[in-house]
Amino acid sequence: MFTQNDYKSDQPLRYCPGCGDHAIFASMTKAMAELQLDPAKTAVISGIGCSSRTPYYFGAYGMQTIHGRGLAVSTGLKTARPDLSVWNCSGDGDCLAIGGNHFIHAMRRNIDLNIIVFNNQIYGLTKGQYSPTSERGTVTKSSPFGTCEDPFCPAELCLGARGNFFARALDCDIPNSVKAMVAAAKHKGASVVEMLANCVVWKDGTHKIITDSAVRADKTILLEDGKPMIYGKNRDKGLVLDGWNIKSVTIGENGITEDDLLVHDSHNGDLALHLKLAMMGYNPYGYAANEDQLPVALGVIRDVETPTYDESVNAQIEEVKAKKKPRTLRELLLAGDTWEVK
Amino acid sequence: MENPKIVQASDIVIRISGDSGDGNQLSGSILSSVTAICGNEISTFPDYPADMRPPKGSLSGVSSYQLHFGNKVYTPGDKCDVLVAMNPAALKTNVKFLKKGGVLIYDEDTFVAAELKKAQFATDDPFTELGIADTVQIVPVPVSECTKASLADSGMDAKSVLRCRNIFTLGVILWLFNLPVEKAIDYLKAKFAKKPEILAANIKVITDGFNFGANTHANVSTYRVESEKAEPGIYCDVKGNAATAYGLVAAAEKAGLRLFLGSYPITPATDVLHELAKLKNLGVITVQAEDEIAGICTAIGASFGGFLGATSTSGPGIALKSEAMGLAVIAELPLVVIDVMRGGPSTGLPTKTEQTDLLQCLYGRNGESPLVVLAASTPVDCFNSAFMAGKIALEHNTPVVLLTDAFIGNGSSSMLVPDPDKLPEIKPAVATPDMVGSYKPYARNPENYVRYKAVPGMEGLMHRLGGLEKNEAGVISTAADTHQEQTDNRQKKIDLIANYIPELEVKGNKDAETLVIGWGGTYGHISAAVENLRAQGMKLAQAHFTYINPLPKNTEEVLRSYKNILCCELNNGQFAGYLRSKIEGISIKQFNEVKGQPFQIADIEAAIKGL
Repeated sequence: MFTQNDYKSDQPLRYCPGCGDHAIFASMTKAMAELQLDPAKTAVISGIGCSSRTPYYFGAYGMQTIHGRGLAVSTGLKTARPDLSVWNCSGDGDCLAIGGNHFIHAMRRNIDLNIIVFNNQIYGLTKGQYSPTSERGTVTKSSPFGTCEDPFCPAELCLGARGNFFARALDCDIPNSVKAMVAAAKHKGASVVEMLANCVVWKDGTHKIITDSAVRADKTILLEDGKPMIYGKNRDKGLVLDGWNIKSVTIGENGITEDDLLVHDSHNGDLALHLKLAMMGYNPYGYAANEDQLPVALGVIRDVETPTYDESVNAQIEEVKAKKKPRTLRELLLAGDTWEVK
Repeated sequence: MENPKIVQASDIVIRISGDSGDGNQLSGSILSSVTAICGNEISTFPDYPADMRPPKGSLSGVSSYQLHFGNKVYTPGDKCDVLVAMNPAALKTNVKFLKKGGVLIYDEDTFVAAELKKAQFATDDPFTELGIADTVQIVPVPVSECTKASLADSGMDAKSVLRCRNIFTLGVILWLFNLPVEKAIDYLKAKFAKKPEILAANIKVITDGFNFGANTHANVSTYRVESEKAEPGIYCDVKGNAATAYGLVAAAEKAGLRLFLGSYPITPATDVLHELAKLKNLGVITVQAEDEIAGICTAIGASFGGFLGATSTSGPGIALKSEAMGLAVIAELPLVVIDVMRGGPSTGLPTKTEQTDLLQCLYGRNGESPLVVLAASTPVDCFNSAFMAGKIALEHNTPVVLLTDAFIGNGSSSMLVPDPDKLPEIKPAVATPDMVGSYKPYARNPENYVRYKAVPGMEGLMHRLGGLEKNEAGVISTAADTHQEQTDNRQKKIDLIANYIPELEVKGNKDAETLVIGWGGTYGHISAAVENLRAQGMKLAQAHFTYINPLPKNTEEVLRSYKNILCCELNNGQFAGYLRSKIEGISIKQFNEVKGQPFQIADIEAAIKGL
């Protein structure tokens, strides 16, 4: 029986006081304990950045690699060692800027990794430059007059690159973060958990437009499988399909009852509704700030299983072994074109 | 000119050239196998264009295959005794390789006005235009018409029939060299085992080609090469890149580990990936990664997971992999990086050979970042060097760069099938269960400064590696003394590998005052030049480097015992400069070329004479 502490190393956490990464680390160790992973068969890999320091804090095997390449190292490790539980910690810059190529290909290959993206919309370790998830116009030291570029929405990139598991959680909401991470670990294939993290130093209130306690209930919705999509401070708002679009309605108004609402099904293979749900609350420039915005979806949005890369690669080796005889280099060469000199 | 009938030769060079779609590489490979099976030493050099499909018949679309066979074969040869030209463009671009008095065989059906124009001949007499009408033996063969006639009843369409021109020509060549056509037919039977119709057509056409030579009584020299006996044993024909792949497999087998190759296709290294991708039945994992960086990073991940991790590339790929090579240096993980060098900088000459990545591999990383560099000298030596690269990587927990090049990577020679019992042991430096409780990831063996690597899955040895500097316990540290100490440790670990590698061998005259040195794929050309001059009475010594970092222990002693040293390299003097930096005050003269081609033996001879 492993406890949460079994997943911690003896190293003190070096995140800034008040950083959202503290809570994310706590959620990860809780999730590992809930899954009862053997620390000797668990590996945490990362790139560079505040979030990428995280492997040093785990009592498992780990490696902090180089900027953006954590997923490439993870891919090699998991392909070689499918018996390990491999977790990858990455930030919005590491994962979506310098490591963007590895991210989309990890999605496409569907390698069985648990990818935790710490999205604080800012470069913290290099002291405050905009990231590929910063909203248009973000003023930072490298964009003193505001950025002139639109951000990625990580969910859109993940699903667009054929990712089949995407969940989103708030750093401060540990119970739901743990649920999302446990589901990610149980999902066979590339699983992305986008953690909306606050950077207390360089972008304090990163996500407050949706997470502020005064607005959170109305600006977010927790999706749960088999349950109708209800949200709001008074639990009186719901989501319905209106033609091609998702629409927010009030239960009790215009004859709307709970039975009229969409019921979440993360396992539905059809991507269209999952993408729509994942993009709620976003416009091309970042969070949609207007009054009648749809709530940002939290929880497991998509969880569809397809063949994984690591299993396919290793199954192919077994198949070829069953068909082709040589097992050693010498047997192989002797079975080819040879001649003897006596 | 007057033609002799049968020439007894100890060795022969033939060059088959034509359009890159003509199948010359296939007929060349079959010919080299047949000559090898008959007991000859062989050395081959495929020379092909960089473009995908250049216009048919154009000068830029010419590809060729050079084979040197017989006795004392060190290289594919400077110039050829026999040139085969499948079209006018091939003749124009390859005539410079044909010896005076040699034999030119050409497909007369392609020497028509339109093709001559594509090859930019001004007249309808290309031989006079090239000045060879009276200096070589010209043998016209109606290859296209004969192939069509041979396969008239085969039921094949016209296009497929003409694709067999190369095999008809091969039949003529076999006749020319008095080689048994049956051996070539055996090869075809194996290659086309699952395509009986194509096999039947090829057997028909090669037999007709052979008989064409025999029956036409062409007024031309035929050659008989008497081979000397090689070391007894079972032989196979390998290309350098395949030998590299096999060397890695052998190292993994010997170490009791599985092999993992993470790679991204790049000319001229891709065949290493191709070869290993075939070996699933040997448990080899290959990942064709999304880019060069992912190629090396997946290999690092697999190495961390307990595999022999390797990546294969060429110069531009090394540039992209540099940062990850630094990670393997500081994390002290075993890794083999294969660099099949080509012409540079940038995209340079992708299909041509060069030795210009040496300094990039030695020094092309940020920080003090020492690693091991080896260089293979021949196609067969690619096997030995790849094996040693794996052995050093695993036993010393370090990245090892193995330099080969387009010339030896694509060239082939006959190799004694390796006997694993005769290969040296490989004992990876891994942590043991008794270290549980006291394991420190950077605690070192005092003898060789190698750390002990714990592999995920081992209970109680969990630890974290990474690119940040760490102390012995594996804890991140920016302390001044720690960084100094770990930098020194990493350097010392590499330096101490000199105790585990062979000393530099010197061949040639004991009383020579001149030493000719080189490294890597120039071995054959330098050896041939030195032997030729010694046969003429010059006193010369030769030393060739496989181990570049660290250098063999006796390097300074050897170099200091000669009055003159000539270093021959296909670059502007990278190794000569490296030696000067390692051996203070040493005087080294240089012979350098960067033409994208191997040395010409005669040019090295001239450089030695000019000392």
